[in-house]
Amino acid sequence: MNSQWETVIGLEIHAQLATRSKIFSGASTAYGAEPNTQACAVDLGLPGVLPVLNEDAVRKAVIFGMAIEAHIAPYSVFARKNYFYPDLPKGYQISQMDLPIVGVGHLDIDVDGVTKRIGITRAHLEEDAGKSLHEDFHGLTGIDLNRAGTPLLEIVSEPEMSSAKEAVAYMRKMHELVRYLGICDGNMQEGSFRCDANVSVRPKGQKEFGTRAEIKNINSFKFVEKAINHEIERQIELIESGGTVVQETRLYDSDKDETRSMRSKEEANDYRYFPDPDLLPVLIDENFKTQIKAQLPELPQAKKLRFKTDYNLDEESSTLLTSSRQMADYFEAVVKESACEAKMCANWITGDLLAVLNKADLDITDSPVSHERLAGLLKRISDDTISGKIAKQVFEELWQSTATADQIIEAKGLKQITDTGAIEAIIDKIIADNQDQVEQYRSGKDKVFGFFVGQVMKEMQGKANPGEVNKMLKAKLK
Amino acid sequence: MVSLTADDVKKIAHLARLGIEEKDVASYTNDLSGMLDLMTQMSDLDTDNVEPMAHPMDQVQRLRADVVTEQDKREKFQAIAPQVEAGLYLVPKVIE
Repeated sequence: MNSQWETVIGLEIHAQLATRSKIFSGASTAYGAEPNTQACAVDLGLPGVLPVLNEDAVRKAVIFGMAIEAHIAPYSVFARKNYFYPDLPKGYQISQMDLPIVGVGHLDIDVDGVTKRIGITRAHLEEDAGKSLHEDFHGLTGIDLNRAGTPLLEIVSEPEMSSAKEAVAYMRKMHELVRYLGICDGNMQEGSFRCDANVSVRPKGQKEFGTRAEIKNINSFKFVEKAINHEIERQIELIESGGTVVQETRLYDSDKDETRSMRSKEEANDYRYFPDPDLLPVLIDENFKTQIKAQLPELPQAKKLRFKTDYNLDEESSTLLTSSRQMADYFEAVVKESACEAKMCANWITGDLLAVLNKADLDITDSPVSHERLAGLLKRISDDTISGKIAKQVFEELWQSTATADQIIEAKGLKQITDTGAIEAIIDKIIADNQDQVEQYRSGKDKVFGFFVGQVMKEMQGKANPGEVNKMLKAKLK
Repeated sequence: MVSLTADDVKKIAHLARLGIEEKDVASYTNDLSGMLDLMTQMSDLDTDNVEPMAHPMDQVQRLRADVVTEQDKREKFQAIAPQVEAGLYLVPKVIE
């Protein structure tokens, strides 16, 4: 990137709140229903209907506000944002303008080992629009209003990110947070979590912001980075070749890896906001806040810190294990159930288990190996019933079947041989069969020792305790 | 005296998607300017200590429990729609 320029990025994230019913109506918000079967009279904007606010949407917004240490507005107001588009049947979107429910807060991100605090300007409640399907309906557009009226929390950051990398880190952190709080399912394919990026560049050292362009509807972490980097390059090239950036909305095309102009905002931006006369102001009292505070789950940052101190885990493990609440719960359940050393539990989860889960594209909540079954395996490692090597084999079986570790060890005869007599007999046989190597070892070639260990373990199908084998071999070869 | 121009009126009509006749533009301009002048008179009042009013009724929004109460009535709603197909409402093409 050209070093004469610096980048300024602000993100607007839309998180769909995980309520059962819509923000202003009793229609279902479930994803994937037949078109328009979940669009009631209120969602359709039929005459004579009135919106009634969903308490759970308010509660979830307040939970979010508390998590980012923001001021929760004791008095907040809904406004109409007017624009015409067929997937918005009322001709306005109910949103919040002057008095949003969540005020100034912040979120800390980590980039290259450095923590940076990103300011959050506000977060407000609003309703989602329907969907337009531009496939061929004899030159017409199809409208599905199932999504219309789904509650959204729009989270607006300060323009405080200075690279695409920071923007991605912020988006990831926010994604992690809303899922932790259980206020949004975070499903990006289904559009439950998406973002708009405001991007501008300015000569290094200049105080004023450059003219910004807004990139709309980015729904993956990969695209946010690519789209922003592309946009930065476009703006720098434009300015350096004597042009000027115009304020506009651009759409990112992931196939072509470019952004293109969607509409110029000059006209469209006149949304003529005014307070919605159908909705009264919302009051949030101390009692409501106290109740919510009591139910607030442990936040990712606090959990990570606790994992480091209580379980003595390193930075990498504690980050991985607290990447979702479900992952953290799984880990703690394994530790509790197995009563094994936390470090060992962490290694198995972040190593073997995560590897196969990732390969199968499964979430921890869908893991075929339950925390009880993994704990069952770890217990047998720590009480020396099986060796670490055999444990890998048992783990594979755990993944493939529904048997417990004990059943697998029993059925396959994988129990570690602790009978020193049996081990001794095999060692004697190996020594007798390999006199050349014995000579070499005795003449000072220490490396040959590994050969003997290998032979013994092979003969015993890995079921001998390696420590025991080492000790006995050393004594015999002296 | 705030005076709107004929162009302002046309722009407002466009944003509100109202079709107005060219011959009526002059009278709309006159009427709307008169209304705005009335508003301007109010601007002379000192409102420093007045809270902006969000709603004329001095009451608080009641909240409803998060329960699905509405059943599917698509067939009924779509019976009065000009054109439907595959469960979708059809409208003139709007892609930009």
